[in-house]
Amino acid sequence: MSDAPLLDVRGLQAWYGESHVLHGVDLAIREGETVTLLGRNGAGKTTTLRAIMGILGRRQGVVNLRGHDLLRLPLHRVAQAGLGYVPEERGIFASLNVEENLMLPPKVAEGGMSVAEIYELFPNLLERRWSQGTKLSGGEQQMLAIARVLRTGAKILLLDEPTEGLAPVIIQRIGDVLVTLKARGMTILLVEQNFRFARKVADRFYLMEDGRIVNSFAGHELDSHTSQLHDVLGV
Amino acid sequence: MTVETGLLTSQSKLRTSTALLGAIVLALLLAAPFFLYPIFLMSVLCFALFACAFNLLIGYVGLLSFGHATFFGGAAYITAHAVKVWGWEPLSGILLGATGAAILGVFVGFLAIRRQGIYFAMITLALGQMFAFICLQVPFTHGEDGIQGVPRGHLLGLLDLNHPLPMYYVTLAIFLAGFFAIWRIVNSPFGNILKAIRENEKRAVSLGYRVDRYKLGAFVMSAALAGLAGGTKAIVFQFATLTDVQWQMSGEVILMTLLGGIGTLIGPVVGAGLVIALQNYLAASDFPVTVLIGIIFVICVLLFRRGIAGEVMELLKRKAPQ
Repeated sequence: MSDAPLLDVRGLQAWYGESHVLHGVDLAIREGETVTLLGRNGAGKTTTLRAIMGILGRRQGVVNLRGHDLLRLPLHRVAQAGLGYVPEERGIFASLNVEENLMLPPKVAEGGMSVAEIYELFPNLLERRWSQGTKLSGGEQQMLAIARVLRTGAKILLLDEPTEGLAPVIIQRIGDVLVTLKARGMTILLVEQNFRFARKVADRFYLMEDGRIVNSFAGHELDSHTSQLHDVLGV
Repeated sequence: MTVETGLLTSQSKLRTSTALLGAIVLALLLAAPFFLYPIFLMSVLCFALFACAFNLLIGYVGLLSFGHATFFGGAAYITAHAVKVWGWEPLSGILLGATGAAILGVFVGFLAIRRQGIYFAMITLALGQMFAFICLQVPFTHGEDGIQGVPRGHLLGLLDLNHPLPMYYVTLAIFLAGFFAIWRIVNSPFGNILKAIRENEKRAVSLGYRVDRYKLGAFVMSAALAGLAGGTKAIVFQFATLTDVQWQMSGEVILMTLLGGIGTLIGPVVGAGLVIALQNYLAASDFPVTVLIGIIFVICVLLFRRGIAGEVMELLKRKAPQ
């Protein structure tokens, strides 16, 4: 059980219209693991998540969740299979309030967090329960976007740059939340540019460049790879 | 904690003021036939319900149907036929009309929801025109004459609807039931999913919803409620004609909803009231009604795009703190 990956992506290719964006991405995540995709803007990190979720038009390759091929499923089934996607733009529905947004996604499995647990994890959301989706700050939106998939019982969290554009205090809060989720056994695929943030939670790193995975290493090996990271990420 | 209680009191305050407003409106509606011409009022109620049903689609799912006359007029024919030829009791005739409209809604919706935007509108328009042509040709609708002289009969065999007052109150009850149904739909979890689909369909799919089903569900509900309005109208006016199924009727309901305010519960009622009042009171004068409605429409689009009710509500929201 622990050896077979929960999510197995092999040779994933994807296109935006005519342009070929992913050229065969391979990555595997075991149950309970937190894996971070690093890479520069345009390397294909977001596209990888979108291709896994099927939001992208054309894709090829293998995306296996517990041995089931996700590429063949109709799109709405991908979330039902247990993938919780938190997009970069957060995807909060402006016409619904916080609680309605929270209750919107359908339950996909048992074992999701209860609403009380979620509000305990995100006290700000409890305070803002009746606020309209549009009136939230960026940090609150991010927390709501994460909170809403936690309730569904999704087994794997796909997080796209959860720290982007947020204040350091909020980034810290989100980091704490990820640590808590990890302790609860959640499997997380994190896309980040900020590897100082990612190192707190990541068990493993994948490095992406031009639509391919160019390297992968364990979390504790991050320091020995800093020169390559500086090279590839340009930081 | 203080934030919590503060929110609660402001919510309950809002609730009491809404209840108070509702009571006043209900009292006005109950008293209205003593001051205004009952047939005019019933006409407003029927069209208001029709517009509300249409608004359920455009306002809460973002689907612009250009063929809603099919459900309104189709139900009118079914009700008129059931009551006149088969001798059905009026309420069951109206409900049969609504059921018929729902079945038509399944067919039209099934084909139309596969496309979005202008294509959706065009498919509904085309199917609506086909239906209007069928209504012109089949024998039971009596072509150009329509079904005339539909007896109003006795509601459930008890209440004589030939008097204007009972007829008005029955129409009012049907309108309120339909309005309440729409209010419930919009404020249910189902309604929230509809709003999510309107806002971003792909996102709703990626959360795990099979959006086609929800769209079809909303379409059928809207068709059934439009049918409820059409069937009632057939009993009130005692006829069903081609006017009710033709595309001009589909256009009229769009106009009413736009004028009143898309996506507000009360907007379509206001819009229907305005359009019917203009048609009614200017019918005798030499001034062409359509020109006036056209002018009002242009002003509305240029100056208050949220519609009359939408604009008023926005104003109240801005005035209120928070």
